[in-house]
Amino acid sequence: MRHPAFSDALRYSRGKTHAMNTFSDSAVTAFSLITSLDPRFAAIVGRSLAVSAAACVIACGAGLLLGAWLGVARFRGRGAVLALLNTALALPSVVVGLVVYLLLSRSGPLGFLGWLFSFQAMVLAQSVLVLPVVTALVRQTIDDADRSHGEQFRSLGANAFLRSLILLWDERYALLTVLIAAFGRAISEVGAVMIVGGNIEGFTRVMTTSIALETSKGDLPLALALGIVLLGVVLLLNLLIALLRRWRERLDDPLPDVLPVPPARAAGSAVP
Amino acid sequence: MTSLLSLDAVSVRYGRLRALDDCTLSVASGERLALVGSNGSGKSTLLRTLHGLVEPAAGTVRLDAGARQAMLFQRPYMLRASALNNVALGLWLKGTPWRTAKVDALRALERVGLARQAGRNAKALSSGQQQRVALARAWALRPQVLLLDEPTSSLDPAAKRDVEQLMAEFAGAGMTLVFSSHNLGQVKRLASRVVYLEQGRLIADLPVGAFFGGPLPAAAASFLKGELV
Repeated sequence: MRHPAFSDALRYSRGKTHAMNTFSDSAVTAFSLITSLDPRFAAIVGRSLAVSAAACVIACGAGLLLGAWLGVARFRGRGAVLALLNTALALPSVVVGLVVYLLLSRSGPLGFLGWLFSFQAMVLAQSVLVLPVVTALVRQTIDDADRSHGEQFRSLGANAFLRSLILLWDERYALLTVLIAAFGRAISEVGAVMIVGGNIEGFTRVMTTSIALETSKGDLPLALALGIVLLGVVLLLNLLIALLRRWRERLDDPLPDVLPVPPARAAGSAVP
Repeated sequence: MTSLLSLDAVSVRYGRLRALDDCTLSVASGERLALVGSNGSGKSTLLRTLHGLVEPAAGTVRLDAGARQAMLFQRPYMLRASALNNVALGLWLKGTPWRTAKVDALRALERVGLARQAGRNAKALSSGQQQRVALARAWALRPQVLLLDEPTSSLDPAAKRDVEQLMAEFAGAGMTLVFSSHNLGQVKRLASRVVYLEQGRLIADLPVGAFFGGPLPAAAASFLKGELV
């Protein structure tokens, strides 16, 4: 049973078959969806944001560290690892969805978790999808920074691990862009969440799967309206991050008052 | 005087380029050694080799056990943090607890006349001030040997004078200085000994008076002539 306001928007959009009207209808429908504060629609938007935000937190946590380490580490086979990483940037979301589906299916290695067609499954799929994006972009940023001035931190006695953390911290504003890219990749994908979430209304339906569903039902204005709202949400987040960045950059942003126990001087360090 | 660091037949290569070629050099405690030569002659590589940042392809680098070193780069990098924290980080990386490091860092900034700028974002400071913050970062480590790679090359005359004065004061306090410079006036003012490099080879190694007053190998003489024109 649809909520009345959601149904109104839906009814308005139906019957409008003329292609030229689709965009204007969509704009009106989008406006109607937003202003009606339809709880069902709000739940879909909220679920989309929650899934993608959780996936970004997980992927950024791992990707920042992994990317920073890959940025400063020099080891045999690094080129091959980077080639694989860059290839993973092009991972099709349906393939990720399929792999995660197989992992989470009853007979799969993670089947015991019982996550298939759940919120967690969608978070896992989006995390896998976003991790290479975060790792590759962070790796490039830190690698460039290390080549430019990493030697000066080596001179001060920072080993590769500490150097990666220092550069990560120093490049924090540049890395906000990575966060935006990661969130954009997560919230805009449809294939993976559709496969592992199942697009169950009120449970795993998110904005992109709603768009896919409405499109398949021929309700293009509503689908497009949802797309407009999706873009609006991302735009709003970008603006917030840009404001945050500008605000923080204006401050002197000193290091925290307390840093952890200093690193022991590495025995045999290259620099005395 | 005891030798704090030395190179014995050291060669350094960057791919096919021979950046240092069979260099033998010894730096004694309290010396003020200037490295001169044209761009690409190997001055920076020699400093980086002495500092342990570059692995020689051949030869031996000997560092006196326990002789602390610090290096000042031509364009010191400042973290997106206050001047105080930029200095404190160097100390923290060498094992000083953070709170103590901040106290010592403030002392070091006082030493270079920047205590009032301690809370300012180091990136917002002028080039000369950033160089002094970097000097404070190096001085705070209490090094016996301070290596400086063209420390005043990108500074205006006033900032250049400030940095030179600090170098002279550090040397006066017994610190060993090894610095590269294109500024022969500065070399005359600060150095006690001059090494001339060309294409990675050590061509002349003389006391400062002999370098500027005595007969020189042809390459060094023509360099000196060119520089003085």
